[in-house]
Amino acid sequence: MSLVFRLRHRFPSAQTEMDMAFEVPSPGLTVLFGPSGAGKSTVLSAAAGLLRPDSCRIEVDGRVLADTNCGIWLPPERRRVGLVFQDSKLFPHMSVATNLRFGMRRTEPGLVEYNEVVELLGIGALLGRRPHTLSGGERQRVAIGRALLAQPHLLLMDEPLANLDAARKAEVMPYLTSLKTALRLPVLYVSHALEEAMQLADSMVLLEAGHVMGYGSISEIAGRADLPLARRDDAAALLLCHVAGHDHGRALTRLESGEATFWVPLLDAPVGAGCRIRVPAREVILAGKAPEEISLHNIVSGTVRRVAEGPERHSALVEIALSGGALLSRVTSDAIARLRLRSGSSVLALIKSTSIEVLPA
Amino acid sequence: MTVAARAVGFGLPLAVLIAWVLARYRFPGRSLLNALVHLPLVLPPVVTGWLLLIIFGIRGPVGSLLDAWFGVRLVFTSTGASLACAVMTFPVMVRSVRLSLETVDPGLELAARTLGAGRLDRLFNITLPLASPGILVGGIVAYATCLGEFGAVITFAANIPGETQTLPLAIYSALQIPGGEKQAADLSLVSLALALIGLLISEWAGKRLNAALGR
Repeated sequence: MSLVFRLRHRFPSAQTEMDMAFEVPSPGLTVLFGPSGAGKSTVLSAAAGLLRPDSCRIEVDGRVLADTNCGIWLPPERRRVGLVFQDSKLFPHMSVATNLRFGMRRTEPGLVEYNEVVELLGIGALLGRRPHTLSGGERQRVAIGRALLAQPHLLLMDEPLANLDAARKAEVMPYLTSLKTALRLPVLYVSHALEEAMQLADSMVLLEAGHVMGYGSISEIAGRADLPLARRDDAAALLLCHVAGHDHGRALTRLESGEATFWVPLLDAPVGAGCRIRVPAREVILAGKAPEEISLHNIVSGTVRRVAEGPERHSALVEIALSGGALLSRVTSDAIARLRLRSGSSVLALIKSTSIEVLPA
Repeated sequence: MTVAARAVGFGLPLAVLIAWVLARYRFPGRSLLNALVHLPLVLPPVVTGWLLLIIFGIRGPVGSLLDAWFGVRLVFTSTGASLACAVMTFPVMVRSVRLSLETVDPGLELAARTLGAGRLDRLFNITLPLASPGILVGGIVAYATCLGEFGAVITFAANIPGETQTLPLAIYSALQIPGGEKQAADLSLVSLALALIGLLISEWAGKRLNAALGR
């Protein structure tokens, strides 16, 4: 099952035409990532039916929500697409419970259960309260619940954490993560915070100036040296792993991603649990052969897939293919020359276990 | 009193409708509609009353039809007085309702839309409740103004005690009779008290509603 999206639109004030197309798996959370003005909000507005583009086709799990070529354009109220706004937009004259039931009362019962949503979002204690007495994080959780209870076929989230401070963000984040696994629903999530995207996304669509720069699974996109993401200072590859074992004596945990093994400082997670690791490009050292007597734990062998120019002069980005994804390494042009790296060469990636950032799955 | 109540009762829903159209839609003739609504505010009341007489009089275009089809006569009746009051206070109501409609966040209506609420559903469950302070205040102020309406009523519905006589009309009549000053003073006091009560109620109700809406 998949979510297919295609849009062409020219705003009267804009110079160029927006032309965006992508296809991502459903269910799953897809982050639309890009700078302001890239077209993220346009995608959401069109998906919700609030903006009618010049040409557009949206298909969710085989159900056509819009196809301007065939004259199909469901209005927002009949489209069954949930939208979570940046500033929650809870109805101020209704209690939390009435807000939650607003969409639910206007649709047939579906898979999403009231009690389940209330529990998943931890909003049971807020039900009798008015929106203006809630904190920003609580408000966003209620807004997410309200959208879900309308039994949407597609959930859209427009930077739901953008207006929250770091503490509130940290409060809402775990709910989003657990929601993602509990609901079998495609989600389009607009964000310009990379950290948030790395933690939540199953897939990612990179947008820039009204065009799709690339789309695919999060590990695929994060591990590509030729996309704008890799040129960022905080560029990092992302790998999906599971906990393969703990070594309590050495206070280390062994993670496996495909055939690659990574040692990280001891984790508090059961064996078999899934997690994702972020490996910053600037922390990955490349070697031709394995050094002896070295403090680091991780020596991963792979094949160079691509060498791209780095963000600074005389620097390069190397994309190393592993069986479970890819690693990125930012090195000097000199290092490329000395190791004679080109696509197809075998290489060892050296990573300190403390450089690996483990994200909860 | 009933004259005023009826005027507000019929005038307010229409005022809400017009205010909603003016606040939400852009269409050709919008300025004209806006000007028409506000006309009674700037026109001398006697002129408004006279215009009503022309339109709704027994030989007027609308009045003759009403008389022929329903046997309803507006001129010189309490219904007519209500109509005159409603027309005179219409601008006040529309303004007040429109101002409060414009403070309603359109994003909330969008949110309701994505949750499956159609146009009327949104209007009755989101927009109007959120604009209710302004609607209520508009209604109360209009009611108080109706009680004091003079020019249009005397022109259109005359001054018939117990039927079309509003407070100022009664005061005016009392002043015409020798020795009626006492009665006029009493009536003026009543008028003062009513105006004051009206304003206080509208203030209080507005505050209560706003608190309920979390503002």
